[in-house]
Amino acid sequence: MEKIKCALIGSGNIGTDLIYKIQRSPFLEPVWMVGIDPESEGLARAKEMGLKTTADGVDGLLPHVLEDNIQIAFDATSAYVHAENSRKLNELGVLMIDLTPAAIGPLCVPPVNLSDHTEKLEMNVNMISCAGQATIPIISAVSKLQSVEYAEIVASLASKSVGMGTRENLDEFTYTTSSAIETVGGARKGKALAIINPAEPPLIMRNTIYCITDDKPDEEKITESILAMIEEVKKYVPGYKLINGPIFDGNKISVFMEVEGLGDYLPKYAGNLDVMTAAATRTAEMFAEEIQNGTITLKPVEAK
Amino acid sequence: MSESKQKLSSLDGRKVILHDMCLRDGMHAKAEQISVEEMVTVATALDDAGVPYIQVTHGAGLGGNSLQHGFSLASNEEYITAVAEKMKQAIVSVLLIPGMGTMKELQSAYDCGARSVHVATHCTEANTSPQHMAFARELGMDTTGFLMMAHLNDAKGLAEQAALMESYGAQTVYLTDSAGYMLPEDVTRCISRLRDTLKPETEIGFHGHHNLGMGIANSIAAIEAGASRIDGSAAGLGAGAGNTPLEVFAAVCERMGIETGVDLFKLMDLSENIILPLMDHVIRVDRESLTLGFAGVYSTFLLHAKRAAVRFGIPARDILVELGKKKMIAGQEDMIVDTAMTMAKERGIKIETSVQ
Repeated sequence: MEKIKCALIGSGNIGTDLIYKIQRSPFLEPVWMVGIDPESEGLARAKEMGLKTTADGVDGLLPHVLEDNIQIAFDATSAYVHAENSRKLNELGVLMIDLTPAAIGPLCVPPVNLSDHTEKLEMNVNMISCAGQATIPIISAVSKLQSVEYAEIVASLASKSVGMGTRENLDEFTYTTSSAIETVGGARKGKALAIINPAEPPLIMRNTIYCITDDKPDEEKITESILAMIEEVKKYVPGYKLINGPIFDGNKISVFMEVEGLGDYLPKYAGNLDVMTAAATRTAEMFAEEIQNGTITLKPVEAK
Repeated sequence: MSESKQKLSSLDGRKVILHDMCLRDGMHAKAEQISVEEMVTVATALDDAGVPYIQVTHGAGLGGNSLQHGFSLASNEEYITAVAEKMKQAIVSVLLIPGMGTMKELQSAYDCGARSVHVATHCTEANTSPQHMAFARELGMDTTGFLMMAHLNDAKGLAEQAALMESYGAQTVYLTDSAGYMLPEDVTRCISRLRDTLKPETEIGFHGHHNLGMGIANSIAAIEAGASRIDGSAAGLGAGAGNTPLEVFAAVCERMGIETGVDLFKLMDLSENIILPLMDHVIRVDRESLTLGFAGVYSTFLLHAKRAAVRFGIPARDILVELGKKKMIAGQEDMIVDTAMTMAKERGIKIETSVQ
């Protein structure tokens, strides 16, 4: 079966790491890498790895979409330019996987709600944030058993793994992740905190998840559900690991996790990169399978 | 003006702006449990004593209410509104740490009456603050960049970070000795470097903690090297062994001829009569807070580590030393419990997974 052809937009940390993830996929093939800086390391790397490249932004890609049969695009630019990128590509029938905090499409965490999106044939799905991908599965593992009044997550990232896009969009990161804790995680109220730690050698990404249940938590069932969810995430993020917990203090549940990356573009401490790119790849694969099976057909979205 | 007037010190005649922290940093020392009424009482007394800037809210600042940092008795908006309404001369300020606090919360603080903000980042991560700094300036707030855990960067690095903050719109840049680890020599070297690097109109500030008893000495060293704003806290009410005790600092300034514009005796009286009775524990250099200063650990970790010590059976000092080794920074309170649990496992201590 022929692989579904993909374009990667944004040649920063996330876009570059995506090349590796997609090249390994049995369903996807990375064909184009789009940047805005001809000198960027990401574009050079993409060229080396056999991709076609343009430094003219999305407009440099548009004339090639149909002839190269690009069906899926990954946007790893910024919240501010995403909407425009998405509109232009959707018009050509390209499905958009959004890795910025723009969140104009429905939010997706693969083990929680991916199948809902493929069934509805969404043309733009948003991957929330690295912290969202790393923590929402755990919140969902609790909220599907008992109602969660409040959930809060703390993501600690190695300074070297946090690019300028994230640094300049920290508020968007906070808003999008908090809201996804509610809409995807199933907590009535969500809060997200991010810490950027410059320690040398860099620290592996850590995530702490707190949930407060309305009623006394069923400790045995919740622990079992969390452990099962960790196995689900491990299928696409092998370095997703429980360090401590769950512990129960009254109705408060605390879980302490680590995400080690595969060390593709950035070293293994940058699990935040991997959890995002792996989730995006997993999402695209699910769509690609359906396209190949003929269960879904991508159609151009008419300009409004 | 007597021509023969003898100079009181080499700093005679210097003007310094004091900024009280007891209603924000002091919240850490009270596990966030200061009531709105208590805040108004304290702030009114500080205002009456002529303290020009008073910081209020949750100890972690805007967006601080959380499981990670504790929940305060009232919302930040309630604290700011109640205090701002009563101020005759003092300006109400807030703390914003990007990654926790957001521009929405800054707007809301402004609407409630805050007119000054410390935008705080770890001492190497200034470039997480441009959005917030620009927004604060847009609101017309007195905008300060606040480089936390300053001992974890060198003078050159701090000056580069300070210059970034200046370029984002900071009118003042502070070195923040969050761990109370710096010694006067360090302060002199780092502040001098900032003074050489920043524009002359950009003010420099210093925020000390008293974990090694250096709050006063460090603040004086900062002024000598060119700082003109000093954070302190009445009676030292603040995280760790407390902030630079403001009334002590004001007394030293008066002896040295440094002009602060505050009424020293009023400041002494309110520290003794109002702040001291508020304290849950005597804030002093004790074994654990000394450990913070000695090991270079974030002062706010103190009470969290003491709680984890009780919960998991590991001495607080051992936890704090380990956190220092692991280079944990401001905001990583979750790693205190995590570290204590890992240490308990290593020491073969059984962890109670459930506590009611």
